[in-house]
Amino acid sequence: MPTFRAPVVDYRFLFRELFDVASLASLPGYVNADLDVLLTALEEGGRFCEDVIAPLNMPGDAAGCRWEAGDVKTPEGFPAAYAALADAGWLSLACDPAYGGQGLPFTLRFAIDEMLYAANLSFAMYPGLALGVYEGLYAHAGTALKELYLPRVVSGKWAGTMCLTEAHAGTDLGLIRTAAVPNPDGSCLLTGQKVFISAGEHDLTENILHLVLARLPDAPPGTHGISMFLVPKFVPDANGAPGARNAVFCRSIEHKMGIRGSATCVLDFDRATGWLVGEPHKGLRAMFTLMNAARLGVGLQGLGLAGVSYGNAVAYARERRQGRSLSGVKDPQASADRILHHADIRRGLLWMRAFVEGARALATWTAFQIDVELRHPDSSVREEAADLVALMTPVIKAFFTDGAFVATNIGVQTLGGHGYIRDYGMEQFVRDARIGQIYEGTNYVQALDLAGRKLPDGNGRMLRRYLAIVRAELAEAERDPNLAAMANAFGAAVNRLSRGAMHLATKGIANGDEVGAAASDFLQIFGYVAVGHMWLRQARVASQRRVTGGKMDQRFYDAKIRTARYFFERMLPQTETLLVTLMSGAGNVMDFDDDAW
Amino acid sequence: MRIAVCIKRVPDMDVKFRIAGHAKGVDETGLKYDMADFDGYAVEAALQMMEKEGAGEVVVVSLGPDAVQETLRKALSMGATSAIQLKCDEVPFDGFAVASALASELGGATYDLIMFGRMSTDNANGVVGPMVAELLGLPVVTACSKLEIVAGRGTARRELEGGAEFVAFDLPAVVTIDEGIARPRYPSLKGIMAAKKKPLATKPANLPEPRLVIARMDLPPERKAGRIVGEGAAAVPELVRLLQQEAKVLA
Repeated sequence: MPTFRAPVVDYRFLFRELFDVASLASLPGYVNADLDVLLTALEEGGRFCEDVIAPLNMPGDAAGCRWEAGDVKTPEGFPAAYAALADAGWLSLACDPAYGGQGLPFTLRFAIDEMLYAANLSFAMYPGLALGVYEGLYAHAGTALKELYLPRVVSGKWAGTMCLTEAHAGTDLGLIRTAAVPNPDGSCLLTGQKVFISAGEHDLTENILHLVLARLPDAPPGTHGISMFLVPKFVPDANGAPGARNAVFCRSIEHKMGIRGSATCVLDFDRATGWLVGEPHKGLRAMFTLMNAARLGVGLQGLGLAGVSYGNAVAYARERRQGRSLSGVKDPQASADRILHHADIRRGLLWMRAFVEGARALATWTAFQIDVELRHPDSSVREEAADLVALMTPVIKAFFTDGAFVATNIGVQTLGGHGYIRDYGMEQFVRDARIGQIYEGTNYVQALDLAGRKLPDGNGRMLRRYLAIVRAELAEAERDPNLAAMANAFGAAVNRLSRGAMHLATKGIANGDEVGAAASDFLQIFGYVAVGHMWLRQARVASQRRVTGGKMDQRFYDAKIRTARYFFERMLPQTETLLVTLMSGAGNVMDFDDDAW
Repeated sequence: MRIAVCIKRVPDMDVKFRIAGHAKGVDETGLKYDMADFDGYAVEAALQMMEKEGAGEVVVVSLGPDAVQETLRKALSMGATSAIQLKCDEVPFDGFAVASALASELGGATYDLIMFGRMSTDNANGVVGPMVAELLGLPVVTACSKLEIVAGRGTARRELEGGAEFVAFDLPAVVTIDEGIARPRYPSLKGIMAAKKKPLATKPANLPEPRLVIARMDLPPERKAGRIVGEGAAAVPELVRLLQQEAKVLA
């Protein structure tokens, strides 16, 4: 069975030295976000994930969820773990204290989320969806709905779902058909079928709140005719307790490649009672506030899985002895050297490490921007932070999940045959990682969002803001002679990003396929630059602190600098190839007759 | 009921230790620290007694440099009411010195029960609890796996080889706690936030001159590589010969 060790040490570096997380406590509403509290929370949250959540992961994968006559039984231990998560306050850590939350920053929530996803992605889907409903209602519902429902989600008594997809409407939500008919009392009756609904039915909570996209009778066609509704599994009675069973039923659950402990449901709505959330016909826009949060969450899932796979791969490579080191015997008293001595094993492990630690820094940087966006007193600062988060959302979602699939496969490779069989749990990480590239908008949808929506917005305003920050970091790094080679490599990659953006802007006007064919390469370049930005910063801080003294020990700083070197010399050069393929244009994929397929 | 629980900050035992250059202690670089395992059980047992009673207080006490405040905060986030740090630059190896400093603090206050872990997970001397009892003139029960207090009188269960004994005693008393009494709870996020606002007093530790010091520490010698004498039945005569003549474990 694999083990999960929470990356607390790395987070201590990120919170205390790489970013000024202590400054969050000075933002309005974050008075409780004292750095000591955040560091202790990392420690104890990590331990909770290691001891309570992680042990349920492999058995949960083997058992899966069971559907019986409309009810769903989750794997053993899931209900108790959900209650423990909620009771301890981990579920509600970033929720509003007005509804029972802890009011702590997203910077902490992202870190705890990474740990939860790493410990047990299937399990972590359920609290993730419950918080999605919390955010949807918090942002868009009226006072009455908020006061009735939010405290019950925050306390962990009730969970939730996001019901978007229908059998014929996945990426293209404009096609959905579920209908909502208004009642005289202001409620609606919803009829239709939703598919691929994560956490759609389960035994973790006494009630489940579905946020459902549907059409009102007067709705215009397409995406501008979609409204958002709240449909509880049990309609609350006068005391707010679960009352009458609503007409929403789980028809079946899917059998899947991964996240087998997460119930993926077909839900039938048969004149189910619901309430409009937000304005009529503006439901898709409302749903997007939670979709954006969910996309960042999926990116964190990728980070978590890559991290846990890395930890287990290193542990194995340290113990397993096969063959002799090519540079001469390392352990003469043993019959073979540890595989950690083989150059190619290190090459793979360092790929994982550079990806994980770079992505973790980028996730933390982005979470910090979310806190600034939500809490900073100055509206121009908030707006800039919002731009940075919007720009980074598709990058984190797609680059982290693509990277996670590569990383978890290296994890399997490191263990060889033992990675492929089930006993070590390494193959589960691959299977669990695969969905991240698909749900919450496929990675191609993310690439289009980046290249076709975020880049042109305000004539490239978001990218300009971001590049200014990146260039400032570059200028700082250039002042440290130890970082000259890294800064040089990074500067070249930033220029490639600019050239890619220019190509999209000029070619895309005449022919949209030029954007479509280049978007995925562009997103990858962007991902390498964004993670490179974090590696340059980590290398700079580590290089300073190893001289002036810091809060971490010398070996930690040395390892950071060496991992940075691997990133700049062996990973960042990918941007060169990616720019070549991006610039090759759409012709090589579009000049192909339909009947030649 | 007023309970004091004495806790010690110790290195995480899962890591590989290195001996420091002066050979009188371990190299602390890269070590992670936490509350000693048995002390965690003691804190949990104390909290459960307080919760069962619905009143009273649990005061956690630790001796050492400012780093022990982290351990005290952890106990506070589990639910202890207040904390006392007895400040000194380093924790002496001599259990009597530690016990004297603790007794001088605990003797001045009125505690119904003073609790310890059965022993610290690093030095494993197991003497501080009994010595504090002796210094304060209190009864002591060591290695309790069950503890019940009713109307000023306590009963404790102690595990023996193949059996158990039940000990009765009057309060105030000192007890040291064995594992299995109650699984220590995880500090909740709510507890961590509440702990920040609970009182943590720092006082100088009243330490006498230590009468014991560590003279030298050694790692166990490296194990020599094994030898493969052959395969299958053909190897048996040679193996028997080696076991008789070299290892001398067979007559």
